[in-house]
Parts: sequence; structure tokens; C-alpha cells
Amino acid sequence: MAQGTTIGRVAPTVARRSGAALPEMIKDAALFALVTLGLAIPVVAYRTDLGQGTGLELTGRWGLVAGLCAAVFVLRLAQRLVLGEVSRRRDIRTLAEAESTAPARVARPGRIIGPLTLVVALTLPLLAALGSGGLSEGRYWIDLGILILTYVMLGWGLNIVVGLAGLLDLGYVAFYAVGAYSYALLSTVFGLSFWVCLPLAGLFAAGFGVLLGFPVLRLRGDYLAIVTLAFGEIIRLVLINWVDFSGGSAGLSSIPRASFFGIPFTAGEGGFANVFGLAFNPMHRVVFLYYLILVLALVTNLVTLRMRRLPLGRAWEALREDEIACRSLGIDTTITKLSAFALGAMFAGFAGSFFAVRQGFVSPESFNFLESAIILAIVVLGGMGSQLGVAVAAIAMVGAPELLRNLGFLKAVFGEGFDPNEYRLLLFGLAMVAMMVWRPRGLISERTPSVRLGARAR
Amino acid sequence: MEFFAQQFINGLTLGSIYGLIALGYTMVFGIIGMVNFAHGDVFMLSSFIALIFFLILTTWLGLTSVALVFLIVLILAMVLTALWGWAIERAAYRPLRGSFRLAPLISAIGVSIFLSNFVQVVQGARNKPVPPLVRDVIVLYENAQYTVTLSYKQAIIMTTTALLLAGFWYLVQRTSFGRAQRACEQDRRMAALLGINVDRTISLTFVLGAALAAVAGTLYLLYYGVVSFSDGFVPGVKAFTAAVLGGIGSLPGAVLGGLIIGLIETFWSAYFSIEYKDVAAFLILIVVLIFKPSGILGRPEVEKV
Repeated sequence: MAQGTTIGRVAPTVARRSGAALPEMIKDAALFALVTLGLAIPVVAYRTDLGQGTGLELTGRWGLVAGLCAAVFVLRLAQRLVLGEVSRRRDIRTLAEAESTAPARVARPGRIIGPLTLVVALTLPLLAALGSGGLSEGRYWIDLGILILTYVMLGWGLNIVVGLAGLLDLGYVAFYAVGAYSYALLSTVFGLSFWVCLPLAGLFAAGFGVLLGFPVLRLRGDYLAIVTLAFGEIIRLVLINWVDFSGGSAGLSSIPRASFFGIPFTAGEGGFANVFGLAFNPMHRVVFLYYLILVLALVTNLVTLRMRRLPLGRAWEALREDEIACRSLGIDTTITKLSAFALGAMFAGFAGSFFAVRQGFVSPESFNFLESAIILAIVVLGGMGSQLGVAVAAIAMVGAPELLRNLGFLKAVFGEGFDPNEYRLLLFGLAMVAMMVWRPRGLISERTPSVRLGARAR
Repeated sequence: MEFFAQQFINGLTLGSIYGLIALGYTMVFGIIGMVNFAHGDVFMLSSFIALIFFLILTTWLGLTSVALVFLIVLILAMVLTALWGWAIERAAYRPLRGSFRLAPLISAIGVSIFLSNFVQVVQGARNKPVPPLVRDVIVLYENAQYTVTLSYKQAIIMTTTALLLAGFWYLVQRTSFGRAQRACEQDRRMAALLGINVDRTISLTFVLGAALAAVAGTLYLLYYGVVSFSDGFVPGVKAFTAAVLGGIGSLPGAVLGGLIIGLIETFWSAYFSIEYKDVAAFLILIVVLIFKPSGILGRPEVEKV
């Protein structure tokens, strides 16, 4: 049925587009500009600022509105002129493909990009040191690597829940928070070391995963998403308001640093540098943290890949495709859902305790809904189920805005006060919509099914 | 008792605003079965639109008639927010019909993030206060310790809500658009076969939902006198809770749910703890969805294979 409607919709489009003339395109672009004008009044046209007196003052910005409308007009016209031809051809091709029953060629960009990414990830500290002339000078790059890898790990963890099991979780950051606070509290109150806390944090988070999973077993789709969102918010609000337990919105600070399996990264006697006969360098700790998160992320990846070959992993994918069929075939959906929640939550717990040990400080503000949305965006952009896609999406979403910040020419174009970071989330939102509209299967649409009919013959 | 009565009035006022937002959720869910996650942010945006027109009218044009200012601001906010609603549906939701199940929700989350950050970028991150438009109160009951009052603001909010609901109910129940809308709700394909322009009906549903959100946004600004770019999320979730509680897809249910949520929140803040009032709202949402997902006035959802 879905294919039938596609054909029905495409055919008239082809006919109309080929007959499109320039005046019609200009009219269309003008309409776009007019709508933009309507949308821009008054939120863009007037900026409200707290003035000298008590009330707000208005500043007109009609130049900006005019620029915006002109930009939309030009872009739309260009889109119609340039892409109109391309998309007309593509439509004809789609039509032809839809009619022919030949199976689509399966592209495998992962063959090259995957190992390449891994090699770069493994040698990043070295590359950073060589590239910027010293380990300390390369700190920026290693820190960026740590940040990206944290999101890669969170993305891979959420991928188990959303990408494999098809359960849309909007409160994933709650488990991240549970992991972070587990480490923060266990280490500051009981003095436990990071290596004892890490598995415990994972366990606690998994416990919360099951706790959330139980009541929502019967819910599906949108309702499930909203309940997980509410759960995430409750955890955050409790962390803010239960001051005796979590320190409230001030958070917990002076969390012990990570040690090299018991050897602290200190300058004096018995420190890491001293034991291994190296000159003390504060960068040792940063590099160690980098490899720690790399290993954690790779473990997440490995477990996911192995799980997909297990009956449980296949049950997840079956659940994603059709829950009713799953039940009819005797798959225990309770166990399947709970295990997906628990496993996904566990990896978030690991990542959370890594976050706490790296920052040395946790506060509820690090775990708001936006974080959940960013992780979800990474999974969605990655193509919901593709491991490599998630990694690429994390690099694009977290790394790109960081790089953008350092580009001088943007300041030259947009003026001195321009800070691309301000637009980061705005672009995030747009990217999520654009992805759903143009490439719902992700940047790298390489979700190879774990089981395919006839795959055995290979 | 006096305290209770006062809180009851406050709760009803808050509930009216939630109810207006909840209508947008419930209609959209009823017709295309998606949670319009961005609706709370549309509400926030409408509040900003109202704020700016209010400033233009009072400080630049020097209008002093409260009723006139309120009416003009309300109408302009409704029209412009409706345009936003239309544009959002057109750009972010319509291309996704027939895509996989979670695509519209993810797209809506994207729109929500976009809208709140768009407002932050163009208007700044700080709270925007406005001088109170109406200060007068009606004293309903008075004794030595306590005075129960109904402020004009509250009266305006409740009256506007009631009037709009009546008009809206008429629109859905008695006009041809309403018939088309209800037909699409029941069976979109069949409605299309019978000559209803489904795309236009859905568009109009979004437009109406956004216009109602604009009313809520204007009233919110009137009531609290302050708005910030992050104000869309929590009222949005609460209004969604209201829609679910009342039975999603049911219009009277949305308003009923809104009033209940408003009352619960107010009483919870008054008698228990103000810190955990949002937790209370979220807990209600979870409990209702788990134990009675069809809500108070909703029809149970039957899944067909």
C-alpha cells in the first residue's frame, strides 16, 4: 500500500515540475518570502530588552527581517532552478525503481570508514601531540575527543533501546545522572575507588532501567516516549530538591579523581610518573581518561554487536518491527523490553560515572531534557541502529560546533559578537527535522539487518 | 475554608490556561495520532508575540484602553501564531505522513528545540517582565483574617476561556469544517474517498490549535506578567498531561483535564510543597498513562492488525 501511494504521488509531481516556468518559480519563491515575513513579525522585527527604566524597550530590526526574506527568496528560487532538474530526474528514477522489483544494491560505506575512524580514535593523543607540538599543547584536541567519545558511548547505549528494540526513550539522561551521582556519592561518602564504583554505577542505573521499564511495559510509541520523558524530569527535579541527599542545584563537588588502577596521577612519590619512571606531566591523567572512555565506548559497541547475534538481540529487532507478531511467535516481550531498558541504562550509568570522575563535579543542570534530546538526535541522525552512523553523528553534532567556534572568518562575515555556539541547538533542532524529512534512515543508512533471508548461503 | 476557596479560584485560572493548550494537543492527536511535542513551544512563542504587540501598542502608540489593547493583542497573536502553526505543519510534519511511526514525534522534538532556541537567539535569554495590565480585584468574601478575591485578570482569563470554548465547540460540532475534521479523525482514508480535503483539514487543525495556544499564551502573559524562552516546556508537558487525563482526542476532556491538573497543582503547592509541584504533575501523567491510558472521557484505543 505504501508503495502504491508513492507512485500515485510522484507521477503528477513529475508532470507539474517539468512544465514549471520561471514566472511560476518566482511567484512560488515570493510566497515563501511572504510567509517568512509573516513569521518574522514581530519576534525578529523587534527585540525586547530591559532598558534603563523599569519596563522593556523595543529595538526595531527591520533590516534583519528584510535580509531574512531576501535570503529565503533567493534560496527557494535557487532550489527550484538548480535542484528542480535534479529532483525531476530522481523522481523518474524513483518511479522506475518502485516499478521494478529488483532488490536495491546494499551500499557498505562502513568497510572503509569504520576501521579508519577506529585507527584515528586509537592514535588521537599521539596525533594531537604531533600536530600541535607537544602533549600539553594538544590538550584541546584530547578534551574534544573525550567529549565526543562520551556522546558516542551514550549514543551507542541509547541505540540499544531506540535503534534495536524500537522503544523511544526520551529520559535516557536520567540513567546518565544515576551513574554520575552513584559515583559521586559512593566515592565522597564511602570513599570507594572509581574501579569499585564503575560496576556499581552500572548496576544502579540498570536497576533504574528496570524500575522504569516495569510500569511502561504496556505502553507503546508516543505514550512510552512521554512517560520516559516524565521519568527523566522527575529524577532531575528530585536531584534539585532533595538537598540533603544530592546537594540540590549546587551539586556535588570535590569528587575524587581517577587513578591508574590504584596509582594516583600525582607529582610526588608513588604517583603515576614516579612509578613508571616518567617526568611528571598533568596530561598523563587526561590521556588516561581518553583511553578509559575509548575502552568503555568500544565495550558498549562490542556488546551491542554481539547481542545482535544472540536470540535476545534478535528478539529486540523483532520487537522493533512488530510487537504483535512478536507475541504471536511466543517471544516474551516483558523480558525483551526490560533487558533492553536495563542494558541501555547500564551503559548510561558507566558513562555517567566517567562523566563524574572527569569533571570532579556533578549538578542536576547537566542532566536536563536537552541532553536526552541531543543523545536521541545522535541516534536518529546515525540512522537508528547503525553503530558507525551513531559515531559519525556524534562527531558531527558535538565536534562540529566546537570547530565552528574557532573559525575566524565567520566572525568577519557576521560581525564581532558572533558566537556560533549560540546557534548550535537551533541547528540541532533543524537538523532533526531535516533528517526526518529527507533521510529518515540516517546519515549512513547502513542498518544491515542482523538476520536476512538467504544470508546463510553467503 | 477561605484559603481553600482562594486556592480553588487560582487553580481554576491556571487550569483554564492548561485546558486551552491541551485542546491543541488533543485535536492533533485525534486527527493524525501524533504527540505534537512542539505545541508547548508554540505557546511560548505566542506569548512573546503578545508581549511585543503589547509593548508596541502601549509605549509607542500610547493606547490606554485596557480592553482595546487586550483585544488587539489577542487577535494579532492568534493570527500570527496560527501562521506559525501552519508553517510548522507544512514544513516538518506533512512530508512525514506515511513515514515510520516515530518520525513525526522526533521531528516535533526537533521543532520544539528549534523554537525555544530561535526565541532565545532573537530575543535573548533573560526573563521579559511587563507591567501589570489590570490590577483591580473583586472581593468575594471578607472577614477579619482573610479575604477571598477574584482578580479582574482571573475573571478575564476564565471568561475568555469559556467564550472561546463555546465558539470552538460550535465550530467542531456544527460547521462543515468541524464535520470534515471529525470525519478525518474517524477514518482518514474514507474521508478522503468521500471528497474531504484531508491535507487542508489537518492544516486547519494545526492552525486552530496554534490559535488556541496563542490565546493561552496571551492570557499567561497577562496573568504572570513575565515570560522567558524556556517557558514552553513545562506548561507543554502539563497540558499534555491534561489532554491524556481527560482522554486524548476528546475536546471536553482536554478542558476537564486542564482544570483538574490546574487544581491539583495549586492545591499541591498550597498544602504540601511548592518545590515538588512539577513532580506531582509528571507523576499524574505516568499514573494515568499506566492505569487508564484512555483517560476520563476518552475511548479505549483498539489496535487492529
